[in-house]
Amino acid sequence: MIRENSNVILSVRNLTAEVEGTPILNGVNLEVKAGEIHAIMGRNGSGKSTLSKVLAGHPDYKVTEGEIIFQGENILEMEPDERSLKGMFLAFQYPLEIPGVSTLDFLRVAYNSQRKQQGLEEMDAFDFEDLVEEKLELVKMDPSFLERSLNEGFSGGEKKRNEILQMALLEPALGILDETDSGLDIDALKIVANGVNQLAKPDNATVMITHYQRILNYVEPDYVHVMRDGRIVTSGGKELAQELEERGYEWIEEEAVSEVSAQ
Amino acid sequence: MTATTAKNLIDQPYKYGFVTDVESDTIPKGLNEDVIRMISAKKNEPEFMLDFRLKAYRQWQKMNEPNWFHASYSPIDYQDISYYSAPKNNDSEKKQSLDEVDPALLETFEKLGLPLSEQKRLSNVAVDAVFDSVSIATTFKEKLAKEGVIFCSISEALQEYPEIVKKYLGSVVPVGDNFFAALNSAVFTDGSFVYVPKGVTCPMELSTYFRINSGETGQFERTLIVAEDSSHVSYLEGCTAPMYDTNQLHAAVVELVALDDAEIKYSTTQNWFAGDENGKGGIYNFVTKRGKCQGKNSKISWTQVETGSAITLKYPSCVLVGDNSVGEFYSIALTNNMQQADTGTKMVHIGKNTRSKIISKGISAGNSTNSYRGLVKMGPKAHGARNYSQCDSMLIGDNAEANTFPYIQVDNDTTKVEHEASTSKIGEDQLFYFAQRGISEEDAVSMMVSGFCQEVFNQLPMEFASEADKLLSLKLENSVG
Ligand SMILES: Nc1ncnc2c1ncn2[C@@H]1O[C@H](COP(=O)(O)OP(=O)(O)OP(=O)(O)O)[C@@H](O)[C@H]1O
Ligand SMILES: [Mg+2]
Repeated sequence: MIRENSNVILSVRNLTAEVEGTPILNGVNLEVKAGEIHAIMGRNGSGKSTLSKVLAGHPDYKVTEGEIIFQGENILEMEPDERSLKGMFLAFQYPLEIPGVSTLDFLRVAYNSQRKQQGLEEMDAFDFEDLVEEKLELVKMDPSFLERSLNEGFSGGEKKRNEILQMALLEPALGILDETDSGLDIDALKIVANGVNQLAKPDNATVMITHYQRILNYVEPDYVHVMRDGRIVTSGGKELAQELEERGYEWIEEEAVSEVSAQ
Repeated sequence: MTATTAKNLIDQPYKYGFVTDVESDTIPKGLNEDVIRMISAKKNEPEFMLDFRLKAYRQWQKMNEPNWFHASYSPIDYQDISYYSAPKNNDSEKKQSLDEVDPALLETFEKLGLPLSEQKRLSNVAVDAVFDSVSIATTFKEKLAKEGVIFCSISEALQEYPEIVKKYLGSVVPVGDNFFAALNSAVFTDGSFVYVPKGVTCPMELSTYFRINSGETGQFERTLIVAEDSSHVSYLEGCTAPMYDTNQLHAAVVELVALDDAEIKYSTTQNWFAGDENGKGGIYNFVTKRGKCQGKNSKISWTQVETGSAITLKYPSCVLVGDNSVGEFYSIALTNNMQQADTGTKMVHIGKNTRSKIISKGISAGNSTNSYRGLVKMGPKAHGARNYSQCDSMLIGDNAEANTFPYIQVDNDTTKVEHEASTSKIGEDQLFYFAQRGISEEDAVSMMVSGFCQEVFNQLPMEFASEADKLLSLKLENSVG
């Protein structure tokens, strides 16, 4: 929900980043305020996942220019775990399988790392299980997943739900969902969308990277941005997503080209 | 984690690297028959022992150092090693009381986390503490004696129970078995001896702690464990050494004999000094460990957590002679920096319906090389024998190497051999996933490594499982990026 005087959670200014000398982000500008839901769309390879990983501090990418102000602080020098503890959450497009580490242990250590950061005592195993069971409800996951190795052998949809489960547990200030809707069946899509809606609060914000209008029918974005060649080239309201669904990306690219030549 | 892909591998400093200042009785460097006679005389050994040594020495002289393994090192000059070093004030005759042991030695073991004194020692583990070439103390001897269990140094056993030693020594690993075993048979100075009589279940864990202190002595200890019919024993071996920038040779021989329905569980946590991050110094650990399931329904189980040494060549093996006997091998081998490990097992099935199981977990970090080498052999009479092997490798970072060399030889077609292998990786993406959830690199590595090793940890005696887990985390601190 857009409100005039809410806090800025994330402010990205002229962000450029490269991988081994190849530029991938070419000056991204984005401002996200508390209470807002943003959608980022764009063709394959336009830099959406890269943007999310650069925000979260993935070591493969080198930021060459610009700044990322998160919760009032420039986080460019922060390690990924510090950014996480500061309230940034990234639901991965392709969550990794981690054999040998149970989902429950992973969740507990993550949760307790956050408590430690807040100066709170670690939660014991029993209380934690109660807490997790409550969160499992939200994404309608069976408790039997907790005993299994993290994401190992999970179906595509199960992995995505597991990401939302983690977000529910960590209650971040900013949740970035990278194609969490891809690969979900219709029921799962509704469950995940419902989860995201329930987690959206006036004091947090959500950025959803997606290719499809479908999820936006359930999770209504306040803003829709389109990325192209490592830049946000167009922004608008939710009707922009509708238009993209109908007309594809070409018309935007043409407009962008004419804009450039007009300059 | 920084933006660079692979951080320099800086290991946690080796905390057992101190040297104890004791006066020792060390014989001059070099090896010949006179040296062997001198060792045997110093230890006041029975005649058969000297013959055993000389026979081994003569065979060794005709043998060549092996070079088939996946490791490389500069040649060892066997004339530049001293073959006997004993702290003075500690005669080869065993001390009756701890009061007579040099306090500096007691302090050393205390620093190693292994207090020997009555008040502080572990309550349910009997310990034989070996310092350089000799055993300095064995705890809980009387309590064990009540059950008829003999647990003492092999030197003492040669004085007190020569008949048992004579019967079994060399019966599993013959004097000329291999280059290093032959050398050990010629020059070994001490080690542990365990004898569990018929029907007895040993009331506590038995443990030997090997400490190399001297810089120029080789350590050649000899362990012999005999489990009579229907007896049970669990034995644990631990090792550390100071940090020298030269290499020390450790060439031990361990022989286990299990008679009808007997069970021996042998666990090792090996943390010899591994050399520095550039590969300077460290222990050469060339060990022959073999168990013979001589009786029917007997069982021998090896569990090892190998974290140290510059070079490890080690294949704890089982010879399954008795029908229905069982051999097991559970192994974690961790290498970091410039370490090289070539380790695995041999399961030799001779009797009917014999079974063996191999679970090997290799973790390689830094620029290390970690190879599993295993042999499963089904003899012509091993009707119905079965083997299951699982070899998993975990790579940490981009510069480590893992290899698997499983050899299978089947001479009986009623047998069944299964082999599974997997490779996983702790790389940047895995660490990033954990970090993105607020989990530090250290916690992430230790969670992934413990998870990877769980199956083997489960085999360790309770007291040592968490210790081993901690040891692995310590060894890997700052090793990834
Ligand atoms: N680590 C990397 N190494 C090399 N190239 C990379 C790397 N990461 C991203 N790229 C390249 O950067 C471009 C943007 O990739 P990115 O994954 O951000 O696209 P995306 O918008 O998320 O696409 P999709 O919709 O397919 O998920 C692609 O051309 C990709 O190949
Ligand atoms: Mg993507």
